[in-house]
Amino acid sequence: MNKTNKKSVKTLAIWTIAWVLSTALAAFGPVFVWESQTVLTGGAIGINFLVGIGMIFANIHHITSLDEMLQKIQLQAMGITLGATLVAGISYSLMDTTNLMAADAEISFLVIFMGLTYMAAVVIGYRRYK
Amino acid sequence: MKNRLKVLRAERDFTQADLAEKLDVSRQTVNAIETGKYDPSLPLAFKISRLFGLPIEEIFEDQG
Repeated sequence: MNKTNKKSVKTLAIWTIAWVLSTALAAFGPVFVWESQTVLTGGAIGINFLVGIGMIFANIHHITSLDEMLQKIQLQAMGITLGATLVAGISYSLMDTTNLMAADAEISFLVIFMGLTYMAAVVIGYRRYK
Repeated sequence: MKNRLKVLRAERDFTQADLAEKLDVSRQTVNAIETGKYDPSLPLAFKISRLFGLPIEEIFEDQG
């Protein structure tokens, strides 16, 4: 990993941590800190959205700083993740709307599924070219 | 696609890390090219060709 890669990984990590923290603030702030004050809740969600955009740009910068093979691994992992999340997400939603499962479908499950699929696909990709 | 990258690198006493730095790619990519698991793009192949001062066809061998 060269200096540019290290810097882009660090920048991406900072943006990701900031996004996770701002998500936690927007989710738990109205419940535990400011007790449903609409202005503060709206502000927290706005900050979360803007930090999320920053995280996307940091990710784009990180991907473009990688060499061609590492970009290929990332692209394949993203393709697998997109397809798997679409298929699993629709099936999960259908199970909810057709009452095949008792609980409501939660977006958080889909986000966890997406993260785990992406991580697994990246690890498999790296092993394939090892 | 077969290639002579490992031999050429050894002849010049380069480590994989040295070659990776000269080509501005990761060490994993150099390793994957050497083991034939990854075929480089044309721009990278030209870069390798320039570095070793050899034509592309003397470094890479098409097996198709």
